Amino acid sequence: MGNILEMRNITKEFPGVKALSNVNFQVKEGEIHCLVGENGAGKSTLMKVLSGVYPYGEYAGDIVYKDEVQKFGRIADSEKKGIAIIYQELALVPDMTVYENIFLGHEIKKNGVVNWNSTKIEADRMLKKVKLNVHPASKVIDLGVGVQQLVEIAKALSKEVKLMILDEPTAALNEDDSDNLLELMLDLKKQGVTCIMISHKLKEVIHVADTVTVLRDGQTICSLHADKGEINERDIIKHMVGREINDIFPKRDKKQIGEVQLEVKNWSAYDHKLGRKVVKGVDFNIRKGEIVGIAGLMGAGRTEFALSIFGNSRNYQIEGDIYIKGSKVQLASPKKAIDHGLAYVSEDRKGNGLILIQDVKENISMANLAGIAKNHVIDRNMEIQVAEGYKTSLNIKTPSIEQKVGNLSGGNQQKVAIGKWLFVEPNILILDEPTRGIDVGAKFEIYTIMNKLVAQGLSVIMISSELPEVLGMSDRVYVMAEGRMTGELAIENATQEKIMEMATI
Amino acid sequence: MFKNITGAIKENIRDYGMYIALALIMFIFTTLTDGLFMNPRVISDLIDMTGYIAVLSVGVTLVIIIRHIDLSVGYVSGFLGAVAAILSSRFNMPLPLIIVLVLLLGATVGLLWTGILVAHVKIPAFVATLAAMTIFRGFLIQITKSETIFTNNDAFNAIGNGYIPDIFQGQGLHLTSLLLGMVAIALYFVLEVKNRRKQQEFGLFVSALPAFLAKLAFVAVVVMYFVWKLASFKGFSYTAVIVGVVVVVYNFVTKNTTLGRHIYAVGGNPEAAELSGISVKFITLVVFGSMGMLAGLSGLLFTARLQSATPTAGMGFELDAIAGAFVGGTSASGGVGKVTGSIIGALVMASLSKGMDLMNVGVSYQYIIRGLVLAAAVVFDVKTRNMRAKSA
Repeated sequence: MGNILEMRNITKEFPGVKALSNVNFQVKEGEIHCLVGENGAGKSTLMKVLSGVYPYGEYAGDIVYKDEVQKFGRIADSEKKGIAIIYQELALVPDMTVYENIFLGHEIKKNGVVNWNSTKIEADRMLKKVKLNVHPASKVIDLGVGVQQLVEIAKALSKEVKLMILDEPTAALNEDDSDNLLELMLDLKKQGVTCIMISHKLKEVIHVADTVTVLRDGQTICSLHADKGEINERDIIKHMVGREINDIFPKRDKKQIGEVQLEVKNWSAYDHKLGRKVVKGVDFNIRKGEIVGIAGLMGAGRTEFALSIFGNSRNYQIEGDIYIKGSKVQLASPKKAIDHGLAYVSEDRKGNGLILIQDVKENISMANLAGIAKNHVIDRNMEIQVAEGYKTSLNIKTPSIEQKVGNLSGGNQQKVAIGKWLFVEPNILILDEPTRGIDVGAKFEIYTIMNKLVAQGLSVIMISSELPEVLGMSDRVYVMAEGRMTGELAIENATQEKIMEMATI
Repeated sequence: MFKNITGAIKENIRDYGMYIALALIMFIFTTLTDGLFMNPRVISDLIDMTGYIAVLSVGVTLVIIIRHIDLSVGYVSGFLGAVAAILSSRFNMPLPLIIVLVLLLGATVGLLWTGILVAHVKIPAFVATLAAMTIFRGFLIQITKSETIFTNNDAFNAIGNGYIPDIFQGQGLHLTSLLLGMVAIALYFVLEVKNRRKQQEFGLFVSALPAFLAKLAFVAVVVMYFVWKLASFKGFSYTAVIVGVVVVVYNFVTKNTTLGRHIYAVGGNPEAAELSGISVKFITLVVFGSMGMLAGLSGLLFTARLQSATPTAGMGFELDAIAGAFVGGTSASGGVGKVTGSIIGALVMASLSKGMDLMNVGVSYQYIIRGLVLAAAVVFDVKTRNMRAKSA
């Protein structure tokens, strides 16, 4: 059979970053095609180009679909041609019924009046197609995530989809639901629907894929074909990580690793919003003067682990014990955690790390106002001195400390965030994706700062999705997958392949 | 150089916009009323009629900064004013005790009703305060028994109508007020010079010396002009002094204390604030508690001004107070706003009313024009914010 889709020389740039460069991607009609690669390899960006989220004109290259060059201006254009994309975060309206959701946006209607009877009949037919046995009048909010995923697929089918894109469809599902979904994909294949699946779970990929395309750093690395017997875990991993470690990491002069600073035993966290456990029975420790990396793929529970030990009891229900310097502590709030010497630099600088509409000095002093105040009255003089101090020592490039943080570059924002947390004088610094979205030069500076801090006796926990960084900076590496610690490696024994294997269990 | 100046104007237009608006409005009305608007009696009255709204504006500014709203302040103010009237006329309670009781009662209402519902039960403030608005409207009718309660206590009524005594017995000129005005300006000079010196010491950006001096001179002239106007009438009213104290205290707390910083942090990014060890719940309680207390103060001022409590007192105050805050540059998306700005905003709205009253503009037109000004102020806020985002 011929190609239903050919993407030719796709290049997509964001300010300062080339997300995709000359990507070629071909999908045969009626196959299941898996797209794999590390976080940031460009998988989602490629799919957004395909579905019209990034409209024609914002990228270079051609999309040839059903032998015609397509110029999608928005998602509706690609939908009209039978392309549907199903995101990780489901796009269903929780308080509406299943049938209302299935036909949301393309209601069966006459003169603007919805025909509910045919809607229900049609919805029932779609649900049968996905082998889902729920009442069409149930509210989506009452259904499990796995069932919701199937409703989403039914919605796509109701639009007479020819090419369905699934972005990490099993990331939020348990094993049974995942198996169910994969079987459905194989079934849809028989009905003639072509699927593109983005997935980190290689076992699933191997199970369903006819073709696997590997992306790395915004480029197509290779395509592997099942009929030629090319699809196996080892080869996929090799191609995923294939690059040499060419980033330069500053060397640490002498390592002085001391006693255990923080120990976490049998730690579990239940996320109220998601309604499931996101951290499951984790054991973890870190010593004085040590950098410990936590590797894993997105959704592995690393951030949730960090947030839950950082006293975030609002969002998580916690089980397990924390020991700081050997004595058991209860960290009921971030304030308590800070008082016990913890600091957490968020992966989401803009979302919950910094206050963008405030200036550099106000952000730096925010977590430790007591440190610049006498009787609760702020000593502005001292605040300026403190901020100037971090501006110099962290080399924050800003016209002045009165510049709004929202106006700084990503790297400098990150330095402000680090400065803010150094000012609380922590013993244990948690850095969550410390170099995400910042350029190579700023990365190097942040690595240098980390080395300086551990030399002063701090313990640094670094959560990172970039394997070279994990290998280049850590003294010890933990790997997480699906909420569990799936491995612990001394740095001498750690390789990208080993980590990736543990992360894709 | 020219670019620098226009750049600086663009940078600061948000901060100074409402001062310019106020000056413009005053100028227009002065011209249209042949100078009647700048009559000392009118100015004095303008300040007194702004007083009870201005204190509400200050409180609601903090509420809006932390991304909430309070619709109940009008009737809470009316209810507490009636409580004060009853305590004074029926129980003959001494004034200081009444003031303390009413302020405490207000703070309790803010804490126990709005504060707890919003911070702990997580009900949207809009709904919680809408409910409180209706409840206190009921309470007000209940305790006044649908009748007007007159307050006959002179000390009480003086809060809303009286003037501070002139210890120097000036002839036709209130010397104490004049002196207070000069002391305030002197204090302002000292603080500004000190601040500038500190900023220079740390190599921060300061405006050029002539510009700095011009600004000081300008402020001094404007303030002295109005002080002179007031002094040539009856001097400062008690209302003016009370509002002045509220502004100074709240301005200090918001700008210079850890509590103030925490309030702005919660408004700027509640997630980041919580992760920085700031309790969003606690800040929410404090802000609604302060709002309740200021509603009590507003009730005292209003009841004293009318020398009576009526069953409809407080109707629509919340809208004027919220309008004052928005006109004064408080951002609808939270995290941004100044106490001083809101006072000016309240004054802008009151000037519009007063000016149109003097010109005998019909009430219907007055509402329409004030509504348009409010909309224009928020449009201005949004537009200047976008401009800044673009220049960044």
